Amino acid sequence: MIPALFRIDERKEEFSGTFTLGIRREGESALPRFKPGQFNMLYAFGTGEVAISLSGSPADTGVYQHTIRSQGLATQALARLQKGDAIGVRGPFGCGWPIDTVAGREVLIIAGGVGMAPLRPLLYSLRDKAHGAARVRLFYGARHPDEILYRSELERWADSLDITLTVDQGDSTWRGRVGVITQPLETADINGGKAVAFLCGPEVMMRFCIQTLLTKGLSESDIYLSMERNMKCATGLCGHCQWGPNFVCKDGPVFSYGSVRSWFNLRAL
Amino acid sequence: MKSMADLLHEHPFFKGMDESHLDFIAGCGENHIYNAGDYIARENEPADHFYLIRAGQVAVECFVPNYGAICLQTLHDNDIFGWSWLFPPYMWTFDARAVDEVHAIRLDGKCLREKCETDTAMGAELLKRFARIVTQRLQATRMQLMDIYSQQRPPLDPGQ
Repeated sequence: MIPALFRIDERKEEFSGTFTLGIRREGESALPRFKPGQFNMLYAFGTGEVAISLSGSPADTGVYQHTIRSQGLATQALARLQKGDAIGVRGPFGCGWPIDTVAGREVLIIAGGVGMAPLRPLLYSLRDKAHGAARVRLFYGARHPDEILYRSELERWADSLDITLTVDQGDSTWRGRVGVITQPLETADINGGKAVAFLCGPEVMMRFCIQTLLTKGLSESDIYLSMERNMKCATGLCGHCQWGPNFVCKDGPVFSYGSVRSWFNLRAL
Repeated sequence: MKSMADLLHEHPFFKGMDESHLDFIAGCGENHIYNAGDYIARENEPADHFYLIRAGQVAVECFVPNYGAICLQTLHDNDIFGWSWLFPPYMWTFDARAVDEVHAIRLDGKCLREKCETDTAMGAELLKRFARIVTQRLQATRMQLMDIYSQQRPPLDPGQ
């Protein structure tokens, strides 16, 4: 429960208000392995702690990467950190994406906005083919072409990965899709009985995507969501992130839709 | 080479439609190819057709003076667009521009409109199918309006 001292190794501005930090542990060359979908508690000294998903490659054992949107006091403090600055880290916490379910199946990775960050480690893992997915498809909706996370990396991956990008608002340079992510999902040829879906993004977006996936024949237990709630202790003790009978920090943040449908559809929970 | 009726038969929009209706609609259709940059429809011009995209990307746009065209949505393979031919004053409300080479079936809405006046069963069938598309586009537009990926979230409503 005591934060370990890390230092900022790299800071990259993804787009205005969203940045990626690469952090290394002081005095340690190797870090504990993490599972795609897990998160760390990042402590901006003097300000506070915030739960942030790991967004780098699980194979990279020397650095943890976190992509952060500057929104509250703690993330604003993290945004001010520069290379060499100290940061407190607890984790990794939570369960990850159930990567053992993908063998022989069509994997649909559906991301919205900065929800792409917790799915990126999953993409790294699935790209090495060891998990035996029959096909991997990424559907990614962003607000604007300038707000597509990891764009150059996605362009490099386009040869080996079936990627559908769409933006809510295009600009004069954008030659791709304009519209919401549910549209390409609706028209996609998906074998619902053989597919498994991993979603992360605003809850509204996930809600509409789930409706589409269900009409495509996916079962509720084959749709996995990464949830976000106000996590404090990250170990299921404080109760801040309680969601129905679950603690998002300990039982999640990844849940199958079938297991949380009652809570997911309950307003104001 | 597939006939127009075969092409329509294969499209989900026409799935389950009465054969005689489909044959009539096929008689109102013709294949067209548009080059990148071509305008398929122009705002405020007569809307006498609707389109089934076989291949390519179409941008639905609105021209804003002193700014240029704003793309509201793009449409793709197998999408249907154009319902202004169904309702008075039968004028396009937006531009439709081919982003790349577009292969489309152009259907004569004016001819179908007249047929639907006399064959109400066919009219009802077509309206039902178009209503579904209109609903899907409206839902998508509402989601766009919510701007869900924005960093600026509205404050919580204390009444909720």
